[in-house]
Amino acid sequence: MRLAALTRAYRRRAPGEPRAIGYLYILPALIVYAVFLLYPFGQSVWLSFVNWDGLTVATPAGFDNYRALFTDASLRAPFLHALLLLLFYAALPVAIGLLLAAVMSRARVRGMTFFRTVLFLPQVLALIVVGVAWRSILAPDGLLNDALRAVGLGGLARPWLGDYTWALPAVGVVGTWVGTGLCMVLFLAGAQRIPRELYEAARMDGAGPLREFRTVTLPGLRPQIAVALTLTIVAGLRNFDLIYITTGGGPGNATSVPAYEVYHRAFETNQVGSAAAVGVALTVLIFVLTVTVSRLVEGRRA
Amino acid sequence: MELARTGARRPRGRAVPAALAIGVVLLAAGCVPGTDGSGAAGAGTGAATAIPDPAKAGKTTLTVWDQEIRGGTNGEIQQLNREFERKYPNVRIKRVARSFTDLKTTLKLAVSGNHPPDVIQANQGYPDMVAFVRAGLLAPLDNYAGIYDWNTRYPATLLNLNRVSADGDDFGRGRLYGISQTGEYIGLYYNKGVLKRAGLQPPRTWGEFTDGLARLKDRGELPIQFGNLDKYPAIHTFGVLHDQLGAAGARDTVLGRGDGFDNAATKDAAATLADWAKRGYLPGGANGLGYDDAAKKFASGDGAYLLTGTWQLADLKKPMGDRLGIMPPPPAKAGGDPVTTGGQGLAWSITSRSRHPEVAAAYLDFLTDAHAADVMTRHGVLPAVPARAAAGVSPDSVDGQMIAGWKRLSAADGLVPYLDYSTPTFYDTLSAALQGVVSGKTSPDSFAATLQKDYGAFMKKQREQHTSAGPR
Repeated sequence: MRLAALTRAYRRRAPGEPRAIGYLYILPALIVYAVFLLYPFGQSVWLSFVNWDGLTVATPAGFDNYRALFTDASLRAPFLHALLLLLFYAALPVAIGLLLAAVMSRARVRGMTFFRTVLFLPQVLALIVVGVAWRSILAPDGLLNDALRAVGLGGLARPWLGDYTWALPAVGVVGTWVGTGLCMVLFLAGAQRIPRELYEAARMDGAGPLREFRTVTLPGLRPQIAVALTLTIVAGLRNFDLIYITTGGGPGNATSVPAYEVYHRAFETNQVGSAAAVGVALTVLIFVLTVTVSRLVEGRRA
Repeated sequence: MELARTGARRPRGRAVPAALAIGVVLLAAGCVPGTDGSGAAGAGTGAATAIPDPAKAGKTTLTVWDQEIRGGTNGEIQQLNREFERKYPNVRIKRVARSFTDLKTTLKLAVSGNHPPDVIQANQGYPDMVAFVRAGLLAPLDNYAGIYDWNTRYPATLLNLNRVSADGDDFGRGRLYGISQTGEYIGLYYNKGVLKRAGLQPPRTWGEFTDGLARLKDRGELPIQFGNLDKYPAIHTFGVLHDQLGAAGARDTVLGRGDGFDNAATKDAAATLADWAKRGYLPGGANGLGYDDAAKKFASGDGAYLLTGTWQLADLKKPMGDRLGIMPPPPAKAGGDPVTTGGQGLAWSITSRSRHPEVAAAYLDFLTDAHAADVMTRHGVLPAVPARAAAGVSPDSVDGQMIAGWKRLSAADGLVPYLDYSTPTFYDTLSAALQGVVSGKTSPDSFAATLQKDYGAFMKKQREQHTSAGPR
C-alpha cells in the first residue's frame, strides 16, 4: 500500500525530470543573483531610456540613447574597435592555444610543467599589473623597441601605444598574451580525455600528424573550444582595465572600447543615460555572440 | 563526456527578459532618479550674518571628503586638521581622503545621498561644480566671503573660477561656491646643467627660449621633455603657447564670453606645437610616453626644459636638487608681464544639506587663512595667497623661484584658466585633437574647427537656455 503510493508519487514525474524541491535549493543563490545582478541590470535598462546627468531630475529620452549608438560616430567606433579586438582576444588565443596543446601533447618536452606554468601565468596576474607591465614594455624606449633596435630593426620601433595605426593591435597583443595560457590549459586537459584508441586507429589508417589533428584532436576538443571562445569573447568585450591603464582610449579615440565608454560617460561627462545604453548594448552583443558560439561550435540547441 | 554536456541548458537566457521586465516596471512606476534642484533657487547667498563660532556649536562631527593624498598637501591638511580640533575641542573632523579619480567616481553618489559630507572638494568647471550647483547640492558662500574677507584676500581671477551663476548655467561668474587653498600654474622647469652644456642661460624672453631650442637640438640635447600618452599633458603645453598669442582672448573664451577657437591664436599655437614635434624639439613618439615617465626622464637629465604644473615640483626637486630651476613661461619682452595657464587647487565647498554649515565655514576659513598659508609653505605646497613664511624662503631656491613666479603672475593678472573648463565635453575634444596635432595627423585648421564645433554647439545651447529662462 505504502509502496504503491510511493510508486504512484514517483510515477507522476517522467524519469529524470527534476523535482520542484530543486528550486528551493537554488533559491539562496538566485536571491543573491537577483539582488546583485538582475536588479542592477534592470536599473541600467531603465536608465538607458532617460537623459540623466547623475544629479538633477532625469528626463525621458525614449530610444534616443539607442539611436545614438548607430548615428553617433563616437559611439559606433568603440563597438567596431571591440569587434576588431576580438581577433586578438579570442581568435588568436584559441588558435595559438590549439597549436601549443597539439605540440605539447605529442612531443615529450623536458620541463613541460615549467612551460605550462609560465604560459598560464598571465591569467593569474591582475589585469592592472598586466597593463602597467605592458605599458612600460611598449613605451618609446621600452623593452620591445630596445629589442628591435638591438637586432637591427630600429626602423620598426615606434611609440606603440601612441601610434594611431598600431595602438589597437598593440593593446590586442596584450590580450592575446593574457588569453593564450588559459586556452592552452583547457585544451591540454581536453586532449587527455580523448581516448588513445582513436589516435591508434587513425595511425593504422595511415594518418599523418596533420590529419590526426584534424580528424581526432579537433573534434574531440569541440566542447573545450566552445568554452575557451565563450570565456575569451566575454573577457575581450568587457575589457576595461587594459585600455584604462595603457591608452585611456587614445591616441585620439583610436582605442576606445564600449566598456571604457560606459565608465567615461557615467563618471566623467555626466551622461548616465547614454552610458547605460552602451552597457545594455554591450550585454546584448555578448549574449548574442556567446549563444552563437554555443550553437555553432558546441552544437547545442538552445 | 556526454554527461557533462547534458543538463544546465534551459535556464539560459532567462536573465535578460527578467531584467528587462524589472526595467519596464520601474519605468511604468515613474520613478525618476535625481533631485529636482529645488535648493538651487531658494538658497540665497548663505545664511550667516556674523563670524560663526564653532566653539558654541556643541559636540560636532564634521565629515570632510578631499583628494589631497600626495605627500606635501596630505601632510599640510593633516596638520591643519589637528590644529582645528585642538582649537575647537568640541569638533571632530572625520576625513575621507581619496585620489582625484576615486573621488570623482564616488563624490556624486555621496553628495546626492541622504547623509552627504559637510565639506567636499569640488573640481571647477561644468562636469562637477556646475553640475552640483544646478542640482542644488552646494551652499553659496557669498555671505561667508564677506564675513571672512575672502573677497579681498583672493585675487578676483581666482575667486571667479569658483563662481557659478545663480541659474546654474554659467561657470566663472555669479555666486561663490567654494574656496581654494593652493595655487598652481604651468611653469617652465629647466635643467641648469643641460642649459650650461649647450652654452645657454635661463631665457628672459619668449624669443630667447624658442631660439635656444634649435641650439639645444644641434648640441644633441632633447630641448623639451614631453609625454602625452595620458592625453592631458598637451592641454597644458598648448595652453602656454595659446596664452603667448592671446591670453585675454583665451580667458574670455574659457569663461564663455570670447570669440571661441576659430582664430589665428589657436591655429598658430597648434602649428607651433606640431612644428616642435616635427623638428624634434619634443621627443619622438611623445604620444606613447607617459606623463610620469617623461617627468622621470627629465629628472634624470634627459631634456633641457619641462613645461608642466607646479604640483610636480616636489617630485622633481628630490632627484635633481640644485640643478632644477623653474620660472613662469618667459614674457615677450624682458621684464614684461608673464602669462600662463594656471589657477588653483580644487575648491573646498560646503554641501547644502550639511547640518553644520557654520562650523564648515569656519573650517574653510581656517584652511585658507594666513596661518594655513605658512603651514603650506613649510610643507612645500604653493598657497594661493602666500603669507609670511613664503617671504622667508630663499629666492634662489627652486621653491623661492616658484613662489616669486606665482606672485608675479598674480600681480600681473597673468593666469589663464585651464582650457578644458570651456565646455562639459571639452576635455575629451581638446585632448583627443591635441594628440592628433602632436602626431602630425591633424592640421592646425582642422584642429581649430574641431574645437570650435564643440565650443559653438555648447554656446548655442547656453544661449537657448538663457532665452528660455528669461532675464534673471
